[in-house]
Amino acid sequence: MAVKLNYREYFKEEALPLMWCAGCGNGILLRAITDALADLEIPPHQVVVSTGIGCWGKADDYMTTHAFHGSHGRALAFATGIKLGNPDLHVIALMGDGDALAIGGNHFIHAARRNIDITAIISNNFTYGMTGGQYSPTTPLSYKTTTSPVGVAEPAFDVCGLAEECGANYVARSTVYHVTQLKRFIAAAIQKKGFNVVEAINTCPTHFGRRNIPGDTVEMMKYIKDIGMPRSRFEKLDEEEKNKYLLTGELVNRERPDFLSVYREINPAASESGRGEGK
Amino acid sequence: MNKTDKEVKIHIDEALCKRCGFCIEFCNTKVYEADQDGLPLIKNLEECTNCRLCELRCPDFAIRVEVVNNE
Ligand SMILES: Cc1ncc(C[n+]2csc(CCOP(=O)(O)OP(=O)(O)O)c2C)c(N)n1
Ligand code: SF4
Ligand code: SF4
Ligand code: SF4
Repeated sequence: MAVKLNYREYFKEEALPLMWCAGCGNGILLRAITDALADLEIPPHQVVVSTGIGCWGKADDYMTTHAFHGSHGRALAFATGIKLGNPDLHVIALMGDGDALAIGGNHFIHAARRNIDITAIISNNFTYGMTGGQYSPTTPLSYKTTTSPVGVAEPAFDVCGLAEECGANYVARSTVYHVTQLKRFIAAAIQKKGFNVVEAINTCPTHFGRRNIPGDTVEMMKYIKDIGMPRSRFEKLDEEEKNKYLLTGELVNRERPDFLSVYREINPAASESGRGEGK
Repeated sequence: MNKTDKEVKIHIDEALCKRCGFCIEFCNTKVYEADQDGLPLIKNLEECTNCRLCELRCPDFAIRVEVVNNE
């Protein structure tokens, strides 16, 4: 009988303790990803993790898979090159909200438009954690950060809505509180062909929490637990109330042809190059 | 024994634990209590349902929930 894989096959136990602050949900997200990979039984050497820069961008330090630790905002650019270079690999881009949507926003839009076979896992903690808590494109309106001491005056991006509009094949949102759901979405995204996005609402008690949520790490976690809302309850809210919550669940699951399939059709020579067919 | 009739063992790595309090707060059956320092103490193991959510929600890989006698 085949031995079931364990998250430890993907997790560098010897690198513990993790660099992240007490109550930072990055470790929970990391566990969900390594659990999902174990469930899918994808050997670590067939996985490449591509990261940008940020607290979450350090996650590759703790993984046994291949990794490319790139520059801020460019995780998807590197991931695109890796996937086109060897379509047999499972390519996973790990990005913070700043990484994916501020400096990396353009890459995000076009990766989704292309529908290239990459899994994007975005840790959305509503701030730039690594650089001291500046506001990001996902900081909720009127929330305080170091660069918006009286409250941010810009509306936040709906990360999943953006991914959907641009063409992503699979889009889901969960939180690091809802760990089993989160793992399920990550596994579905990795399995599916195309550009697939999982937004994980995450805690940053050190910067976001300290300025906006009275109390400790537990209060920060309760906050993200409560703002995530499934469609059944979300739909019942009026428009103004909706702004206070984030819709969770599998939001998009469609079958647009992925970039490589289209490219091979347009350029048959590309299929004859001896490269694999990918997943 | 406990709620699942399986023998569950919980191991907490005190060196890895950063005292975030998640395991203590979010365990539905209140298995843990904090010591003065915030370290989780296993107080009501007999109430453990072996859901393993504390292990999955520990941001620092400090908890291991194990079933000892799983016939
Ligand atoms: C080109 C460039 N610009 C700016 C920075 C500084 N910088 C490092 S991480 C970061 C933002 C991190 O925020 P986010 O991506 O949300 O990740 P988090 O740290 O919150 O996980 C910035 C602006 C950089 N490293 N490189
Ligand atoms: S600063 Fe925020 S995002 Fe960075 S490790 Fe600390 S809690 Fe996590
Ligand atoms: S969840 Fe983990 S790090 Fe937090 S208090 Fe419990 S054992 Fe410690
Ligand atoms: S396994 Fe579940 S019931 Fe048991 S201590 Fe952990 S959270 Fe509580």
